[in-house]
Amino acid sequence: MHTPTELATSWPDAIYAHFRRVGIRQVAYVPDAGHSRLIALCQKDPQITDVVLTTEEEGVGLVAGAALGGQRAALLMQSSGVGNCVNMFSLLRNCGFPCIALVTMRGEFGEFNPWQLPMGAITEDVLRLCGFLTYRVESADEVDEIVGAGCDMAFNGNLAIAVLLSQRLIGPKQWTR
Amino acid sequence: MLDRREFVQQLLLDRGDLLVVPGLGSATYDVAAAGDHPLNFYLWGAMGGTAMIALGLALARPDRRVVAIPGDGDMLMGLGSLATIGVKQPNNLVVVVLDNGRYGETGMQASHTDAGVDFAATALACRFRQALTITRIEEADAVRKLLHGGGGPTLVNAKIKPDDVPRVLPLRDGHAIKERFIAALNAA
Repeated sequence: MHTPTELATSWPDAIYAHFRRVGIRQVAYVPDAGHSRLIALCQKDPQITDVVLTTEEEGVGLVAGAALGGQRAALLMQSSGVGNCVNMFSLLRNCGFPCIALVTMRGEFGEFNPWQLPMGAITEDVLRLCGFLTYRVESADEVDEIVGAGCDMAFNGNLAIAVLLSQRLIGPKQWTR
Repeated sequence: MLDRREFVQQLLLDRGDLLVVPGLGSATYDVAAAGDHPLNFYLWGAMGGTAMIALGLALARPDRRVVAIPGDGDMLMGLGSLATIGVKQPNNLVVVVLDNGRYGETGMQASHTDAGVDFAATALACRFRQALTITRIEEADAVRKLLHGGGGPTLVNAKIKPDDVPRVLPLRDGHAIKERFIAALNAA
């Protein structure tokens, strides 16, 4: 059993373990603080090609190309990035490509920067409109089960699955040192 | 400037095992006109995403040669992807831009390249190993060889005459295009 403190810092490891379990080989991201540890784990892994993007929509094309080539891919992004992907998400629906997206939420619990609010407030609805099934994670002890199920659903059924990692889970961004 | 149909035909001569990702609009019609093939992943949308789809494929199959063939509008919409490709340095990816300086599907309005924006220079600035601009059909065979060669990410900016040519319409069922491509790629 993990202590609450261990869980609070180890939940990215749980996501990474599922990536390894389902054989994810490409991980695309515009870096987000909430994904720092998971990005680092993917970068260190010789079995995973990490791809840093100039904009999140690039990752959707990458996922499609990887699938054509027989590889599974995952997208890591902040909620603001979802807005950048809207039209490109149609590629997933039009062709039936699987997609697992891990979305760290901004513009919610304790958000300091009001500019994050507009996109944060509509992220889940936007994903659903784009054909994703969405699942929220509010606490560290939910990560393992929900991400595991999400990965399985995506690749067993060529579905678009988004797991929203709430701001309460990742902790609001600290603006002063 | 190049005749688009003649150029693409030459590009895909003796294509062998080449994996081809043409962008939406004229690029897809040109590739279809050169001969339908299950290893063409035709696009009818996802504007801006052509080069990234090709990158994902190239990374997944380093044993195969991949060519992305976007039009200039598509490449402009995904200009950042040149930087993303430059970071990964795939050895098996070539981007050939069919550049007529126009948005062909929407009334032939001038694009940024008509005003002098330069894809080859952009690609080199994004760490592509080679990038060149061609304007004559005599240069097509050298480009064809680059598709089958190696040595890091390559971009060819092919200046195309802005003629209106009759559309050749391939399959547009995305699921069928995907399944057909994957089956052909996995065939022995």
